Amino acid sequence: MKSRKLLAGPYLFWSISFIIIPLFMIVYYGLTTKDGDFTLLNLAKITTQENLKALGLALLLSFISTVICLLLAYPLAMILAEKNINQTSFIVLIFILPMWMNFLLRTLAWQNLLEKNGIINMVLNFLGLPELTIINTPYAIVLGMVYNFLPFMVLPLYNVLAKLDKDVICAARDLGANNLQTFSKIILPLSIPGIISGITMVFVPSLTTFVISDLLGGSKILLIGNIIEQEFKQGSNWNAGSGLSLVLMIFIIASMAMIAKYDKNGEGTAF
Amino acid sequence: MSNKLIDIVNVTKSFDENIILDQLNLYIRENEFLTLLGPSGCGKTTLLRILGGFETPDSGDIIFDGKNINKLPPNRRQLNTVFQKYALFTHMTIAENIAFGLKIKGKSKAYIDDKIRYALKLVNLEGYRDRTPDSLSGGQQQRIAIARAIVNEPKVLLLDEPLGALDLKLRQDMQYELIRLKNELGITFVFVTHDQEEALTMSDTIVVMNQGYIQQIGTPEDIYNEPKNAFVADFIGDSNILPATMVEDKVVKMLGATWQCVDVGFGHNKPVDAVIRPEDIDLVKPEEGIIEGVVTHLIFKGVHYEMEVLANNYELLVHSTDMFPVGTEVGIRVDPFDIQIMKKPESEDAEAVGIEE
Repeated sequence: MKSRKLLAGPYLFWSISFIIIPLFMIVYYGLTTKDGDFTLLNLAKITTQENLKALGLALLLSFISTVICLLLAYPLAMILAEKNINQTSFIVLIFILPMWMNFLLRTLAWQNLLEKNGIINMVLNFLGLPELTIINTPYAIVLGMVYNFLPFMVLPLYNVLAKLDKDVICAARDLGANNLQTFSKIILPLSIPGIISGITMVFVPSLTTFVISDLLGGSKILLIGNIIEQEFKQGSNWNAGSGLSLVLMIFIIASMAMIAKYDKNGEGTAF
Repeated sequence: MSNKLIDIVNVTKSFDENIILDQLNLYIRENEFLTLLGPSGCGKTTLLRILGGFETPDSGDIIFDGKNINKLPPNRRQLNTVFQKYALFTHMTIAENIAFGLKIKGKSKAYIDDKIRYALKLVNLEGYRDRTPDSLSGGQQQRIAIARAIVNEPKVLLLDEPLGALDLKLRQDMQYELIRLKNELGITFVFVTHDQEEALTMSDTIVVMNQGYIQQIGTPEDIYNEPKNAFVADFIGDSNILPATMVEDKVVKMLGATWQCVDVGFGHNKPVDAVIRPEDIDLVKPEEGIIEGVVTHLIFKGVHYEMEVLANNYELLVHSTDMFPVGTEVGIRVDPFDIQIMKKPESEDAEAVGIEE
């Protein structure tokens, strides 16, 4: 038993030095002034109009992205779950393949594609179609979020749907349910754990991202992630940045807790 | 037992290149307990799934109550299925599981409530309304699956190896339970199993299947006592299948001796297969037997002893309540009506292939 405990050592060291201590530092910075006195002013910074707007926009855009991801991923996961393993692994590979490339590069590529004189508009011009001007708008940010985080929605959904007992679906049909009823009363409720982990894995990174909004939103559209980044880097105000991070964390925990209420089995999330 | 309720006409089904069912014909009567019996891969489950509407036959027709239901989806068929692994809805309570079909049909709350109470009483699980399927044992889940099916008042209940996952004692209890249920409900049961004992215990009619063909249809007594071919004889219970020659009507030559039997119509000096059930072989004193043999193995089985007796280079399986130690010289007798004569298959393939009805 002793040697087994030793095996846990590196993880313990890792989580203490790179997770727990930094977290406490954020809490410390967030709740103190530059001189080290206790204050709640850093948290209160969220109430400035600019910051509230950034938080609201971040919540809205990540919510929209999550919904779009869910709507795109669910049918796909259902199709994948129907197929046999050989066909599936190829399609799953196609979806995972982009993840092998750097996230920044992929987002930069979208910037190039969407630019005013970018590739998409070149093609549209060539075909005599109206130009697409979504770069530097919230639409481009949502597009970037959906593109980057879609696989994180597909995989948990596919996992839970593939494990679904086919006989349970047959049983619902047998008892008189048509396709729609079978979906709404059986398949959907049984896939809730997958939906919840998918939502978590898309919503949280979308809410906190600053790279996507930076690259695809120009510098005009600020999300809460951008504000926090600015506080840390340009303002060198660690206290304010930490305070805002704490507020964001509270929002994430609250939204996760709300979702987790629907997850009776507790398979989907850490809650 | 009267009218034909389901008529299966020339049904063929294949998956990829494998032919699972080949030109199968079978009818199922009202209020019959019919068992499809066969080894795994014989097509029995596929046939059941075709009846349930989960598979469509490549060709042939399923006639239900006079109407062709080939294209009818499962939710519009007047039959319900009890699945092998129960397939209960784990996100619902027991009551919600049972109510599922009735709610879909838009029945009133009072009616549904009544039905739930009735069904739970029928399967002896009153007081389980608000439990979840996960909190029930395998046998209880099985009974809920049956309750969930029968509240819809199907004309036919399809059961796909429903007792396969239960332990021996529970399985035997459930056999009686199913017979009782069938008699109380007065509907047709189509039961799929590979367990010959289950089939013999519960059925009105047994359909023995192998490799997509029906081997024999008959009552449990018919199937056991008068198997039509070596496959059936071998599959149903233990048996000694011996090469023999039909000398003339009621006289058969086997094991180097001439025996009296009761079968006629096989011709003169024709090679046949003879089936003798292990419990039908009588071991006597050497001088009293028709032939002699030596006991080579002896196992105590509880109700009887199982012995192997070497006679004329054949190992005979014998079940007897009398014990003969290994090495004993014994005489062997078989009553004429305990020898069942079957036509010899023309070839290896023919053994698996359908027999003329």
